[in-house]
Amino acid sequence: MTDAPPARRSVTGLIGAAWGALALPLISIVLAIVVGGVVIVLTAPIEGKSFDFGLPFAAYGALIQGSVGSFDAIVSTLRFTAPLLLTGLGIGLGFKAGLFNIGGQGQFLIGAVAAVACAEALSGASPFIAIPVALIGGTLGGALWAFIPGFLKATRGAHEVVTTIMMNYIALSTLSWLVSGPLKLPLSPQPVTADVGNAALPILIGIDGHLGVLIAFLVVPLIWFLLYRTTLGFEIRAVGANPDAARYAGMKPRRMIVLTMSIAGGLAGLAGAGNLLGVNHQMSASFNTSVGFDAITVALLGRSNPVGIVFAALLLGAMRAGAPLMQIQANVPVELVDVVQAIILLFLVANAVIRRLFRLRGVKANLGTTETMTATYGKEAIR
Amino acid sequence: MDQLFQTINGIPVIGLIAQLIGYLVQELPFLSHAAVSISIPIIFAALCGVVCERSGVVNIGLEGIMLTAAFVGWVVGVLAQQVLGHGDPTAIFGFTLPLIIALIAAILAGMLLSLLHAWLAISVRADQIISGTIINIIALGLTGYLISLISKSSPRGAGSFSPLQIPQNIQDVPLVGWLINAVFGQGPIAITAIVITVLLQLLLFRSRWGLRTRSVGEHPKAAETVGIDVIKLRYRNVVAGGALAALGGAYLSMEITNSFQPGMTQGRGFIGLAAMIVGRWTPLGAMGAALIFGSSLAISQSVTFAPPTGSLGDLMAKIPGQFYSALPYLVTIVILAGLIGRSTPPAADGQPYTREATT
Repeated sequence: MTDAPPARRSVTGLIGAAWGALALPLISIVLAIVVGGVVIVLTAPIEGKSFDFGLPFAAYGALIQGSVGSFDAIVSTLRFTAPLLLTGLGIGLGFKAGLFNIGGQGQFLIGAVAAVACAEALSGASPFIAIPVALIGGTLGGALWAFIPGFLKATRGAHEVVTTIMMNYIALSTLSWLVSGPLKLPLSPQPVTADVGNAALPILIGIDGHLGVLIAFLVVPLIWFLLYRTTLGFEIRAVGANPDAARYAGMKPRRMIVLTMSIAGGLAGLAGAGNLLGVNHQMSASFNTSVGFDAITVALLGRSNPVGIVFAALLLGAMRAGAPLMQIQANVPVELVDVVQAIILLFLVANAVIRRLFRLRGVKANLGTTETMTATYGKEAIR
Repeated sequence: MDQLFQTINGIPVIGLIAQLIGYLVQELPFLSHAAVSISIPIIFAALCGVVCERSGVVNIGLEGIMLTAAFVGWVVGVLAQQVLGHGDPTAIFGFTLPLIIALIAAILAGMLLSLLHAWLAISVRADQIISGTIINIIALGLTGYLISLISKSSPRGAGSFSPLQIPQNIQDVPLVGWLINAVFGQGPIAITAIVITVLLQLLLFRSRWGLRTRSVGEHPKAAETVGIDVIKLRYRNVVAGGALAALGGAYLSMEITNSFQPGMTQGRGFIGLAAMIVGRWTPLGAMGAALIFGSSLAISQSVTFAPPTGSLGDLMAKIPGQFYSALPYLVTIVILAGLIGRSTPPAADGQPYTREATT
C-alpha cells in the first residue's frame, strides 16, 4: 500500500514529499484559474461587450470576496463545503475500492427526501429525537440508492458508471413524485413539502453555519480511521488494488463492492439530509444539486485521501459560495465554476504534460488506486 | 366476435394483458414512429460506443460529446442565420444553408472533443473512464456557461430539419404501411442513423477496416506484429465515433427540437452505452437494444397523450406520471442487469496500449 503513513524523514525530505504530493494539484488549480480568466475575456463579446482584460480580475475578486471576504462569507464557504466533503469522501472511498460512483447526485437527493419524510413523520417530536432520526433516515436513503448499483455490479456485472447515472434520473423522478404526491403540503398551490419543523438543524455559527457542517468535518477522521486503521478499510483498499489477489487472500470482493457503494451512498445521503435540514427546511419539486459532479472533482483533486479531500472540498465550496457574488458584481455566470473545475480535472489527468512543462521529477503521477475501474468495465460479474 | 373480446377483457389479469395488447396494436402507427424517433440519439451514441470500444477505447464521454454537438449546432445555426438570412427550406427535409453549416459545425465540434478524449486515453494513457467523465463535465460546464451568456439576448435559432412526409395511401397499406412510416417518415439525420447502422454492421464484419478494428480491440500486440498501427487506428476510430455521437446531439437540437437546453441529452449517451453492451458490441444489436429503450419511452408518451380506456386505463391513471418518465432509466438498469452476464466486451477494451509493453 503506497498510502501508508510515511516513516520519519528529514525536514528537506518532508518538504520534498509535500511538494511531490501537492505540486500537481496546485499547478492544475492555478492553470485552470488562468484558463478560466481567458474564457471570461474571450466570451465577453457574446453579450455585446468589448474585450475587457480587467473582467477576469473583477470576477475572481468578487469570487474571493464572496467566499472568504467576510466572516459571513467564510461561514457560507464552510456550509457549501460540507456536502462536497461528505459526498467526496464517499466517492474517494469508492476509488479506493476501484469503483466509480457517479451517482452522488441521486444519493444526495434521496437522502434529502428521506430526511423530509422522517421529519414529517416525527413532526411533534422533540429535536433530540427528530434530528438524529432524520439524519439517519437520510443516510439510509442514500445508502439504499447506492446499494442497488453496488449489488447489480457485484452479482450481475452491470457497470456502476451506467447504473448510477440511471439511478440519478430515477431519483429525480422519485423526488418529483413524492413532492407533488405523498409528501405534498396539503392545500399548497405549489408542489412543496411541509417545513421540517423540529428536525431543523440548529445554527451554530454565523447566519447559516448549521450543525450539519460540524458533522461533515467530524466524519473526516472517521473515514480516515476506517480506511487506514481497520480491517475493513484494508480489505477495501486490497480489493481496489487487485480483486483477484484479495480473493485468494480470503477476502470477498463482491461483498466489499456492495459495502463500499452503500457507505459512499450513505455519506452522500447524509450530505443531502444535512443540506435539507440545515439550509432549505422544505423541499420543492425543483430541488436539485450539482454535488454529484463537484464531488468527483473533490475526490480526484484530493487523490481519494481524506485529508486531501478536505482541502479540495474547501476549494470547491469556496467557489460555489462566491459564485453568486461574481455573477452580481462582474456579470459573469455562476457556471464559470463548472468550467474552472472541468479544466482543473483536465490538467490533473493530463499530468504528463504538466510534469514535462514544469520539469517536475518525483511527483506522483497517478490519481490514486483507480487502475481497476476501467478494467472491470463491461466484464462478467466479479466472483 | 366483439362479445368474445368483451368476455376476455373482463377476466382479471389476463383481461388486462389482453387490453394492453389491444391498446398497443391500436396505437402501433404512433408508437412505432415515436419509438424510432426517440431511439435515434441512443442509436448514434451506441454506434459511437461500438466504433470506439471495438478498437479498445472506452468512451464514457459520448454524453458530453452529444451535448456539445447539440449546443454548437444550435449556436452556429443562430449565427449563420444572422449572416446569411433564413432562406427557403427545400421541400424535402427542409434543408437551408444555415442548417447545413450548423450541422457540419456540430460534427466538427464532436470530432474535436473526441480527439481530446482520444489524446487522453491513447497518448496520455489516462484512465479512460475518468477521462470520459472529464469530457462530460467540460461539456456540461462550458455549454451551461455559454448558454447563460447567450440566452440573455434570446436569439432566434435556424429552425430544424423536417421529417419526410409519407403519403397517406402508403401509410394505409396493410401490415407494412406503419413500418414504412415509422422508419422513413423521419428527418434526414434519423434516416442517416438507420443507414449508417446497416453500413457499419457490414464494414465491421466484412471490410479490412473492420477486421483491423476488431483485431486491435481484441489483441493489439498481435495486430501490431502484422503491421497495423494500433495508435493511429484507435485515434481514427475514436474521432469517427465522435462524429457519430455528434450527429446524435445535432438530432436533439436541430431535428426533433429547434432549441438548446442545458443538459438536454439527459443521460441518452449512457443509455446508448447500455444499448451497446446489450447489443453485444455490434451495430445492429445496438440498434435493436436502442429501439427497446425507445419503445419504453414511446409507450410512456402514448399513455400520457392517448390513455387507454376501460379497466386498463383506470389502472394506468393511478400510476403517477413520474413513473413513466423514469421508465427508460428503469428499463436500462433491468436489461443491463439481466443480460450482461452473457455479453463479452472486446478483450483489450479500456486498456491503454504501449508499444514497449512486455506483457
